[in-house]
Amino acid sequence: MMENNTHKLEIFRGYLKFKSNQTKIWGVLIFLSIVTVIEVALGIVKPEILIENSFLRMKLINWIFIILTIVKAYYIMWDFMHLRDELRGLQASIVITLMFLIGYLAFILLVEGNYIFDVMYEGFVSWNF
Amino acid sequence: MSSTISTTAEENNDVWGGGNKPLNASYGKLMMWFFIVSDALTFSGFLAAYGFSRFKNIDAWPIADEVFTHFPFLHGVDAPMYYVALMTFILIFSSVTMVLAVDAGHHMQKGRVAFYMLLTIVGGAVFVGSQAWEWNNFIRGEYGAVETRGGQIYQFKSLETGKRVALDEFAIDLPSHRVQHESKNGIWYLDEGSLPTFTIEEVIAGFNANPDIVIKTEKIDETGHKIVLSREESLIKINQAVNVVEGANLINNEYGNRLFADFFFFITGFHGFHVFSGVVINIIIFFNVLIGTYERRGHYEMVEKVGLYWHFVDLVWVFVFTFFYLV
Repeated sequence: MMENNTHKLEIFRGYLKFKSNQTKIWGVLIFLSIVTVIEVALGIVKPEILIENSFLRMKLINWIFIILTIVKAYYIMWDFMHLRDELRGLQASIVITLMFLIGYLAFILLVEGNYIFDVMYEGFVSWNF
Repeated sequence: MSSTISTTAEENNDVWGGGNKPLNASYGKLMMWFFIVSDALTFSGFLAAYGFSRFKNIDAWPIADEVFTHFPFLHGVDAPMYYVALMTFILIFSSVTMVLAVDAGHHMQKGRVAFYMLLTIVGGAVFVGSQAWEWNNFIRGEYGAVETRGGQIYQFKSLETGKRVALDEFAIDLPSHRVQHESKNGIWYLDEGSLPTFTIEEVIAGFNANPDIVIKTEKIDETGHKIVLSREESLIKINQAVNVVEGANLINNEYGNRLFADFFFFITGFHGFHVFSGVVINIIIFFNVLIGTYERRGHYEMVEKVGLYWHFVDLVWVFVFTFFYLV
């Protein structure tokens, strides 16, 4: 049998170390809660500066939402789903596969949706009747 | 070495007998990961399709803050997002109890595994119940709207208060003999859904008689707000309305673009079904823990595998929350 205390107990690249797997779980919960509270607060307040400015044609607030979501997904997968304790090969074969396929799908569908919007917007047919 | 546990008491070390674990993960765990990756692609298909439809109608898509404004016991209070945020916390918390159950399983503590599994089941059930409540509000609707022949939604707003106005606040009761057509009263294969509370004539008459009310279109201006027409424009546009819409179904909804409700039902419904099946699987494993199946087997890897599925459901909700409610 293997030892049970083989969990890697540090998050944030070693800046935060926990004594046991249980305290790490609670620590990750607190972190995820803080991130969610920030998301909800931003969604309710909607600061003007983040809505009016955009980067790569997307509003800053949406960039923040998406980045925070990916951060949350990382900690759910790494600490709750124990990917932190798995081999590099297993981590890579899950994450790279998903990132490539989902990124490709999202890219191609969003570009196409944008194109159809342009066609309908600039076309001579009225959609407002 | 990882935290994985050996699968059987009498390990078959022969490579072709299953003794060789690729990537150091047991067969069951690896298969669960295969399933999770493929299921993640299904969900991303849904969310990418949602993104496609939204980009296609980027200038006229419902704003989630204005749709999901309910909170239990706070009737009439505008509470955007709070309820979904609460649901997110419930699901994350049930994820934590699940991972605590897995941790207790590593230490072979049967009582603690059972206790945390029970908490996880309760959390999951509360989440599914919350989703049912959310659906109920969404389907019932609050204000009502009218629909044009082209499928556009006109909502109503008060000039005085600046707030949305429900149909029953201004519609005039006109004598009407229109009743719901049921298959028993006419051609046996034709019937129709329940009629809205008001006919379109009643809404238009009430609108004309009430100078305080203007139309809120589904179009969005540059600042991300819905375009509200002036009273003069509204008086012209109201004549284009052909249908009264109350609440939401798969054909039309009072919130705006027809696809919005379809995606709401499909994405949150598919996710809710995952949570439901997760609760059922958790219950089965919970009873297996109680009767000591894993104690006899010598390890609690089954709890870990179910845990993977449960965390995945949580993971999907994190994305649904962002792309359906926040962005």
